[in-house]
Amino acid sequence: MGFYKFLLSRVLSFVLVVFIGITTVFFVPRFMPSDPVEAMIGKMTANQAFMEPEAIVTLRETLNESFGLEGSMWDQYWGFVKRVIITQDFGPSLASYPNPVNELIVKALPWTMGLLLISTIIAWLIGNVVGLLAGFLKDKSYSKAMEAISIMIYPIPYYILALILIMLLTYIYPIFPLSATFQGEGFSWEHIKSIVYNSILPALSMILVGTGWWVISMKTLSSGIAEEDYVHFARLKGLSERKIMTKYVLPNAALPQVTMLALQIGTIFNGALITEILFGYPGIGTLIYTGILQADYNLIMGTITLSIIAVAAATFIVDFLYPFIDPRVRYK
Amino acid sequence: MKHWNFRLKLGVLLLGIFIILGFIVPFFYQGNPIEWGTYLKNLKPSKEHIFGTTNLGQDTFWLLAKSIQNSFIIGIIVAFFATLIGVLLGLWAGFKGGFIDRLITVLTDSFIVIPSLPILILLGSLMQGKASLFMIAFVLIIFNWPWPARQIRSMALSLSERDFISTAIFSGQNTLKIIVKEIFPFVAGWSVANFVNTILVAIGSESGLAVIGMSSNEKATLGTMIYWANQHQAMLSERWWWIGSPVVAIALIFIALFLVMTGYQQYSALRRGK
Repeated sequence: MGFYKFLLSRVLSFVLVVFIGITTVFFVPRFMPSDPVEAMIGKMTANQAFMEPEAIVTLRETLNESFGLEGSMWDQYWGFVKRVIITQDFGPSLASYPNPVNELIVKALPWTMGLLLISTIIAWLIGNVVGLLAGFLKDKSYSKAMEAISIMIYPIPYYILALILIMLLTYIYPIFPLSATFQGEGFSWEHIKSIVYNSILPALSMILVGTGWWVISMKTLSSGIAEEDYVHFARLKGLSERKIMTKYVLPNAALPQVTMLALQIGTIFNGALITEILFGYPGIGTLIYTGILQADYNLIMGTITLSIIAVAAATFIVDFLYPFIDPRVRYK
Repeated sequence: MKHWNFRLKLGVLLLGIFIILGFIVPFFYQGNPIEWGTYLKNLKPSKEHIFGTTNLGQDTFWLLAKSIQNSFIIGIIVAFFATLIGVLLGLWAGFKGGFIDRLITVLTDSFIVIPSLPILILLGSLMQGKASLFMIAFVLIIFNWPWPARQIRSMALSLSERDFISTAIFSGQNTLKIIVKEIFPFVAGWSVANFVNTILVAIGSESGLAVIGMSSNEKATLGTMIYWANQHQAMLSERWWWIGSPVVAIALIFIALFLVMTGYQQYSALRRGK
C-alpha cells in the first residue's frame, strides 16, 4: 500500500516538473519583445544573400506552424503539448532539411548520455572515497591537502575549467585534439580508440569539478558520523579502524550522497551542455548550439524540451531507487 | 576580526582585490573600454598597456576591469532579489501552512529540478545576443529564488515548533512582528551565505551563456570577453592575456566567493556555539 502511494507521489511530481518545463518553453517565445518568426527570417535572409519573395512567404508559414502560432492561445498550447507528449514529433530540421529533428536527437543522445554517465560515476566514486578518507582521518596532513585542493577546484564552473584544459593541453602542450574528429566506424578498435581519445578532455573537466564537490560533502558527512556514539562503541569493542570506516561510517555517509546526486543532475547536465559546445563534442549541447547558429527553431525547441524531460526522468529514477539502497527509508 | 577563520580571511582578501579592480579602478579610465580601435591592435604587455591590447584594439586591462564590474553588478542584483523573494516566500510557506505551503513547495521543487540553462539558451537565441543585462538578471532571478525558499521553509517549520515562538503567539504579537523580531535573527546568517552563493551562481550562469554568445554581446562582462577572444582565435594566435585574464579572473572570483561563503558559515556556527 505504502509503495503505491510513494510511486504515485513520485510520478505526480515528475509529471508536474515536465508540465512546468514544457509550459515555460512554450511561453518564453511569446513574451519576447520581438516577433521570433520575423527575427528568424531576418537571420536566415541575412545569411543567404537573396531569397525569392515566395520562398519567404512559405518560410513564414512553416515557421508560424512550427512555432505553433496558429489559432487561439489555448489551441496553440494544446497543440504544442500534444506534439511533445503524444507524437514527440518536432518536425523537420530547418537547417538540414528534410532530416527530422528526432533523428538528429537520437544520433546525439548516446554521446551526451555516455559522457554524463561515465564522468558522473567516476567523479562520484573518486570523490566519495577521497572524502571518506579525508573525513575519517581528518587530522592527517594529506586529508587536509585533499580538502584544500577540492575547495580550490569545485567552485570553478565546468566551462572555465574546460577552457583552462584546452589552453594547457591542446595549445601549450598539444597532447589532445582541438575539436573532436573520429576515425573508423562501428565497433572497430580504431573507432573506439578515437572516441576515448576525443572524450578524455571534456570528461576530465567534468570529473575534476564533480570530484571536488563530492569530496567536500562526503568529508563533512563522514567527519560528523565518525563522532557518533556507535562508532565510539565499535572502537571500544576493538574493531579495526579499517572495519569501522568501511562498515560503520561509509554506508551511513554514502546514502545522503545519493540524494545529493538526484538534486545535482540538473546542474551537471547544464555543465555538460557548455562543455560539449566548447569541445565540439557531438552531443545534445552541440546540437542545441548548431540550432542556434543556423536559426533552426524546430531543432532548438526539440532539443531543449527533450533535455528538460530527460533531466526530470533521471531525477525521478534516482529518487525512486533511493529506498532500495537505504534500508532505513521506507516508501512513504 | 579575531574570530575570523582562515577561509574567511583569504576569501575576503581575494574578493576585496576584485571589488577594488571592478569598482574603483575603472574610475581612473577616461573613455569607454569596450570601444573598438581605440589603440593599436595586438600590442604586447608594456608600460602603457600592462595586459597588452586585444585584436579589436581595446586595452585588455581596462576591459577586464569593466567586465569584472558588470559581472559583479549582475551577480549582486540577482543575488539580492532572489534571496529576498526566496526568504519571504519560504517564511510565508513555513508559517502559513496549508494550501499556500503546498503550492510554494511544489513550485520550488519543480524549479530546482528543471535545468535552467536550456531555457536561458532558448531565450538568448531568440534575443540573438542582444538581451539587455537587466533582462538576463530578471530571468536569473526567476531561476534562483526556489533554493533559498526551500531551505528557509524548512527552517521556518522547525522554528515554529519552538517554545519562544509559541510564547510570542500566545502573548498576542502579530505575525509580521514575530517574523521580524523572533525569526529573522535565525534566518539572517543563512541568508547571507545564500546571498554570496547566488552571486556565484548568477555570475556563472551569465558567463556560461555569454561564452557561447547568448548574453549581451555588446556589453563587457567576463563571459562576453571570453566570447570575443574565442571569436578572434585568441588561443590560436597565443594572445594569452586576452583569453586568459577573464578565465583566471572568473576562477579566482569563484574561489573567493566560495571561501567567503563556507568561511562565514563556520564563523557563524562558532558564534552560535558560544
